[in-house]
Amino acid sequence: MSAPPAQTPGRHRRRGKGRDGEQAMVPRAEFRSYYGRPVLKEPVWKVPDVPGYLFGGGLAGASSVLAGFAQAAGQRELARAAKVTSAGAITVSFAALINDLGRPSRFLNMLRVFKPTSPLNVGSWLLAAYGPISGAAAASAVTGRLPRAGAAATVAAAALGPAIATYTAALLCDTAVPAWHEAHREMPYLFAASAASAAGGMGMLAVSPEHADLAVRFAVLGAAAELTAKTILVRRLGEAAEPYRQGRSGTVMRIAENLTAASLGTALIARRSRLAAVLSGTALVASSALTRFGIFEAGMASARDPKYTIRPQRERADRASRVPAEPGGGV
Amino acid sequence: MSGYAEDQAGGAPAAAPGLDPAAVAGHQDHPPRMGFFTDTSVCIGCKACEVACKEWNAVPEDGLELTGMSYDNSVGLGASTWRHVAFIEQIGRPGEARQQPQPGGPRWLMSSDVCKHCTEAACLDVCPTGALMRTEFGTVVVQDDVCNGCGYCIPACPFGVIARRESDGGAHKCTLCYDRIGDGLTPACAKACPTESIQFGPLDELRERAGRRVAELHSDGVAEARLYLEDPGDGIGGAGAFFLLLDEPEVYGLPPDPVVTTRDLPRMWRHVATAAAGLVAGGLAAWLTGTRRQP
Repeated sequence: MSAPPAQTPGRHRRRGKGRDGEQAMVPRAEFRSYYGRPVLKEPVWKVPDVPGYLFGGGLAGASSVLAGFAQAAGQRELARAAKVTSAGAITVSFAALINDLGRPSRFLNMLRVFKPTSPLNVGSWLLAAYGPISGAAAASAVTGRLPRAGAAATVAAAALGPAIATYTAALLCDTAVPAWHEAHREMPYLFAASAASAAGGMGMLAVSPEHADLAVRFAVLGAAAELTAKTILVRRLGEAAEPYRQGRSGTVMRIAENLTAASLGTALIARRSRLAAVLSGTALVASSALTRFGIFEAGMASARDPKYTIRPQRERADRASRVPAEPGGGV
Repeated sequence: MSGYAEDQAGGAPAAAPGLDPAAVAGHQDHPPRMGFFTDTSVCIGCKACEVACKEWNAVPEDGLELTGMSYDNSVGLGASTWRHVAFIEQIGRPGEARQQPQPGGPRWLMSSDVCKHCTEAACLDVCPTGALMRTEFGTVVVQDDVCNGCGYCIPACPFGVIARRESDGGAHKCTLCYDRIGDGLTPACAKACPTESIQFGPLDELRERAGRRVAELHSDGVAEARLYLEDPGDGIGGAGAFFLLLDEPEVYGLPPDPVVTTRDLPRMWRHVATAAAGLVAGGLAAWLTGTRRQP
């Protein structure tokens, strides 16, 4: 007696496609499933709300850091632009988060407890603190009023900004979704780097090239770190990284990487050419946004396909049952 | 036996075996931990559990489709499906080499799935509002008046149990009939089960009973009988609702060796802290390496 029909869907669906999609020489170990259905429930989080929330938080948080250093360097124009960016981005991010709730009117329920085991709860507290501070810093910079309070708000926002830009990595990774959870070592660095490249890119767009020096440097560092983090993530994860390489999520990630690499090249001449600055800045912001969309979609794809859940668990269980430990200890 | 437990066996035990979740949640002088033992070897696929659950808990209709998946028409657990009976027809097919021959010939597996009420429950850990809570019975319940529908519990659950009901925007799942067991009644599904495939009781007793049952089946020659999620040393600290299965868990749509995601959360927070420091360092580096310029 052999396979129930239950196993056939899993068997036929997965075949590489395109030029390099010939059947692998050594077929992967099969896995069994219940009618090829996913084990996990796909997140109900919507596009563009949740990727937008991730991107907005990154752009805002890193812009606050940039604003802090621009202020320290006496670059008032860049500092002002970065403060306005962070206030705008965090507002959009916040709105996207609330809009994604099943019961938006109950948003405040996230502040009825403090729960470090819930990155979303920690993030809500961070947002509640950071949002008004970043708004105050921007308002002071734009109106020129209360400069001391504005400077204090700038410092406070720069201190909270890094947390705002990175907690969302823990939020995604603290799930059972294989492409997210397995990437929990790299994701915070990837998010921080991508946030820096977006903030730098936005700075390059917002101010004239002669004032954008700090933004260019910040962007270049961020972009280089982003490419590095992505490479390490994909290499370490092996099969679990497939959604970052294949399908629609893979395409989005590839476009983002190419944009980042291209903007690294143009950023080098961005201090002399306004056109280069605009092109490079746009590419950096776009690639950071696409990175969040790609990561989001990769997680959705890995939740949908039972092989990412079942195969590594089956291998772990089989390894364990081969260990002749404690006879009679299990089945 | 959980691979996760084996992987951890070299060092300290993964979690305190037999962790008392109600006590951890702050319940003092609480009743014994209650749970389900679902013995699928006697399930006849009548779906009385599905119906009784819906009736008692006033769970709305969840679709009346024909799925082509044997007699399964509820497909899986969800916001409006708190018991789900799986049907697996192992009738064999010529030319399908991978499957192990089934000793008893063709067979039809049936199993009533339910929320596992994990000892270490990811849904409860990640819930940002505290809507998901641990009861005095050690079970996990959603407080509907607190849930804001953020949906975080959904991808956190390693079993794909909890889901959001679009009609009210809130997350829903099995409560282990919290309202019934508080009054000393048996949960609706177990009460309705005509073969005692679903057994309800104090978890300690159920584990003993399950151990005896699996030994009995083994001595009767049913070598493939195995317990699933009964081990407090596994990746979820053991379940409040565990199973006797006749094939690998994934055949029933269950994960073979689940691990609660929040075990890695402390490490995630450390990486987040390092990455956040790195972001500041990046800004500092950009400033210090730059040419100083007046505005």
